[in-house]
Amino acid sequence: MHPALPFTIAALLFGIGVYGVLVRRNAVLLLMAVELMLNAVNLIFVTADASIRAAVPRAGQSFALFVIVLAAAEIGVGLALILQLYRLRRTVGVDDLPLADEPPPDTGGGPGAGSIGGPAGSDGPDGPDGADNPSGSGVSGGSAGSDEAEVAR
Amino acid sequence: MTVADVLTAALGAVALGAGLLVVTTRHVVRAGLWLVVALGAIAGLFLVLTAELVAWVQVLVYVGAVVVLLLFAVMLTRAPIGASADLDRIRWPGALVGAGAGAGLTALLIDAFRWTRVEMPEPGTAERLGEVLFRTWVLPFELVSVLLLAALVGAIVVSRPDIGARPTKRRRD
Repeated sequence: MHPALPFTIAALLFGIGVYGVLVRRNAVLLLMAVELMLNAVNLIFVTADASIRAAVPRAGQSFALFVIVLAAAEIGVGLALILQLYRLRRTVGVDDLPLADEPPPDTGGGPGAGSIGGPAGSDGPDGPDGADNPSGSGVSGGSAGSDEAEVAR
Repeated sequence: MTVADVLTAALGAVALGAGLLVVTTRHVVRAGLWLVVALGAIAGLFLVLTAELVAWVQVLVYVGAVVVLLLFAVMLTRAPIGASADLDRIRWPGALVGAGAGAGLTALLIDAFRWTRVEMPEPGTAERLGEVLFRTWVLPFELVSVLLLAALVGAIVVSRPDIGARPTKRRRD
């Protein structure tokens, strides 16, 4: 086996992941690109494990397992954050996040309006659309939005 | 070129093509489905590289759990079903940095390994890997399990707004 082959594949895959992280605006797609990068690292670990005689055998495969666990933890917390963000702002576009302290936009802009790009809920009525709450966990999106407004005040 | 080399090249081509489609497709749902193809091909690469247990864990955790979680997130955030035009920023800076990172890493690794040939080690079955894992790497293993528990609790706390809410607020129900 020539180890240069899988090493090259892993390096190119990492480059693809970097491109995806830099270019994508949807936070879920961003996480997918991060997964590609983590998998490239795993591939490098496993290839190094197969091609280099180390003092501790199979250290690379053990660390690949650790990285998989870390990726699972990361995706769990990341998706919880993304869903909470969507509940507050009706958007998952990372470009739409205000970094300064400003009052959040209205959360009543309707579910279909600009869920990827564009400012969320620019001109909708102010009613809390708890019926449209995507999570369905009992606490309505409008209520969470008013929480956010209170925190920001 | 041996059989392992041919298999590696073929699976790598599949993984790279699917990965490229993940970051370039205009359909949010299709990106998740292409991710399944990419991760499956990488699991096949692990099998070729004699990492048997890692390959099956990859199939179980990534293809089975992570991708399903990602697709759930896509559905819950009301992603558009059809193609959407505004998924990407301006492409050339990202393409420049990504290509630079990929080419740099490729040059580094090829320079380190050239076209050398190594013999395949014996397959890393669950027994052999578990031996190493529970002798040499016991402490990191336990640490990782604590971290996983903390991440689980954290995800629950983050996704429930009624935990840690201010008591003075009135809530509509």
